[in-house]
Amino acid sequence: MNNIYPLSELKTGETALIQELRGGYSFRSRLAALGFTPGAEIKMVQNLGHGPLIVSLRDTRIALGRGEAQKILIRLGKEPLCHNQVKSENASA
Amino acid sequence: MSQSGQERKRIRIALAGQPNVGKSTVFNLLTGLNQHVGNWPGKTVEQKTGICHWQDWTFDVVDLPGTYSLSANSPEELIAREYIIKERPDVVVAIVDAAALERNLYLVSELLPLPVPIVLGLNMVDVAEQQGLKVEPHVLEAALGVPVVPMIATKGQGITELLARIQDIVCNGANYTPNVPDIRTDHKEILDRIEALIADHVPPEYPQTWVALKILEGDKQLTEMMRTRLPQEAWDEIYRIIKQHEDACVAVASGRYAWIGRMVRAAVVKPKAGQISLTDRLDRWATHPLWGLFILIGILALTFWLTYTIASPVTQLLEAYVVHNLANLATTELASAPSWLTSLVVDGIIGGVGTVLTFFPILLIFFAMLGILEDIGYMARGAYVMDRFMHMMGLHGKSFLPLFLGFGCNVPAVLGSRVIESERGRLLTILLAPLVPCTARMAVVAFLAPVFFTAPTLVSWGLLTINLIVLALLGVLLHKFVLKGEHIAFIMELPLYHLPNWRTIALTVWQRLLSFLTKAGTIILIASVVIWALSTLPHGDIETSLLAAFGRLLEPVGQLMGLDSHMMVALLSGFVAKENAVATLGVLFATEGNGAGLAAILPTILTPAAALAFLVVEMLFIPCIATLSAIRQETNSWRWTLFSVLLLFLVSLAGGLLTYQIARLLGG
Repeated sequence: MNNIYPLSELKTGETALIQELRGGYSFRSRLAALGFTPGAEIKMVQNLGHGPLIVSLRDTRIALGRGEAQKILIRLGKEPLCHNQVKSENASA
Repeated sequence: MSQSGQERKRIRIALAGQPNVGKSTVFNLLTGLNQHVGNWPGKTVEQKTGICHWQDWTFDVVDLPGTYSLSANSPEELIAREYIIKERPDVVVAIVDAAALERNLYLVSELLPLPVPIVLGLNMVDVAEQQGLKVEPHVLEAALGVPVVPMIATKGQGITELLARIQDIVCNGANYTPNVPDIRTDHKEILDRIEALIADHVPPEYPQTWVALKILEGDKQLTEMMRTRLPQEAWDEIYRIIKQHEDACVAVASGRYAWIGRMVRAAVVKPKAGQISLTDRLDRWATHPLWGLFILIGILALTFWLTYTIASPVTQLLEAYVVHNLANLATTELASAPSWLTSLVVDGIIGGVGTVLTFFPILLIFFAMLGILEDIGYMARGAYVMDRFMHMMGLHGKSFLPLFLGFGCNVPAVLGSRVIESERGRLLTILLAPLVPCTARMAVVAFLAPVFFTAPTLVSWGLLTINLIVLALLGVLLHKFVLKGEHIAFIMELPLYHLPNWRTIALTVWQRLLSFLTKAGTIILIASVVIWALSTLPHGDIETSLLAAFGRLLEPVGQLMGLDSHMMVALLSGFVAKENAVATLGVLFATEGNGAGLAAILPTILTPAAALAFLVVEMLFIPCIATLSAIRQETNSWRWTLFSVLLLFLVSLAGGLLTYQIARLLGG
């Protein structure tokens, strides 16, 4: 389970799968309805390391606050390359 | 139940759909100008209804609020599902975006278990095609078991077929066999248990299976409804089940998406990944932290420039010809009437009409610009870029949208705060909205600044900047000390860019203008008459009037800013409508209205320092009465309305005082 990170760690252009939603009921319920469900593929469109970010999921672009993105856990399973990239950034952060 | 009454050939339909799917375009196509905009009973959520005639049928159309799902997370979602369950329209038309079918069918998966037939409007098939997506309507229809009508609403395509399919369902309803989502696999046993427990206690209009699923999902409203109806032991067991499955809302949503996946697999052919779309290319600039900000500022500047360049001459023409001639006509017609009546009609009523009229061209241009920006999909990007700044005030990007409307008129800004999900965020946005300088205030500045200053443009921009700084500071302070509270989640869809749809824009502009006319317009007219009375009574002379007495009461405060009682009365008259300040000065100094006489007199009375203080107070002053009535309506609280008045009263006087004293120190 060492390849699980908050969505806020995903770099621009990278893809991951949703693992789990944290946070209160209405927050999770809203996100789930928008398609943030475990197993869904999510792509980071813009992540500047600060401020809000933009993701693409189920053919939709969604802007998210950084705090919100920290409550969404993702799994990097598909591409080992970006796994390493994110991991090293995660360690330095 | 249904009152469709075939002998009267009326069909009641409800339009459902997620935001940004072209639902309002479809609604506008169906109803045209045959529509009515109001509020849902007891709610501050906009309700649009309309009528559509087709062949020998009449369709009563209700536009349900745009929602992503039918949970109980927002008033919009509650309204949509309560309407369907309790009012039972004959057909629910679900509009979906063919280019984002998966996410869009989520709402449909929530609509299908409800006891009303559905017709699916598969909209934006052209956009989907541009992206290389192939959607097969017939395959989708076979999979879902509901009629699917491909549409391009922006071009008016598919509307007739949509109406035909609706009529077909109403006449031959027996053929309707929907494929209701089966999402029980994971939770089959508990769902069956819940359903067994609530059986016989669910109100007849609610489908039992649906209520059971919603309870498992953690739906607060339905759980509460069943708690009051169930025997104690049954409720205790349900409560235990809910507690054990607190994660069920995500699991149920996953189940729905899994079902959707099976439905669309055969119907949609996706293109190879890696295509760079127009939206991608534009967003590289529009959502860039630096360029995005420049683009936003550029667009705002262009909007203001166009608004004032195009609208100001029209406003002057309206004043010169329409208002002036109307006043002349009334004076001649009323020549034999008592002088107070002439004064009431000319100064009170026609003066009020004039004020409303002069706003019209400015608001028309401003709303049109804004309508275009909204329609092509830009405004969400503006909100995204502004999110970082709004965060400092404990708000997020979405609050930028209503606040920007405020540059036109504060009334729609207050009404527009409805887009913000949390009550605290909405209230804070409403309290800050009156600090956005509206066109009326800018008009006063545009008239007075050249009278006093050699660089009026610089002064105007300076005043605008002061307002925005005060807005930001006040936002931070209110967030820190008054409206403390939890952080509001920022989740916002960024729709794809598309070419403007002029029909939709025109109808939006028309509705905003209409709501300005009916809300602000009537109040301004009434208030103009009241102010006229206050400035005339008791002796028919403004110098001895009630208004003047009130002005003298405020004189001590005014003196600290170098302002005499006349200037204070002028400020107060802005309570009716901000641009009244100039007209009132005209009356008080007995010159020809807004004419050159006033421009000659004012510099002899006021020092530049006092003039600057006057303008600062005018810009920051208490909201006009139309805005206040909007604040009262939206907050539903006299306490917050009063708070807004007091807050801005103190802030504006403090601002004026500071300006005067600093300007004097600097040798103004």
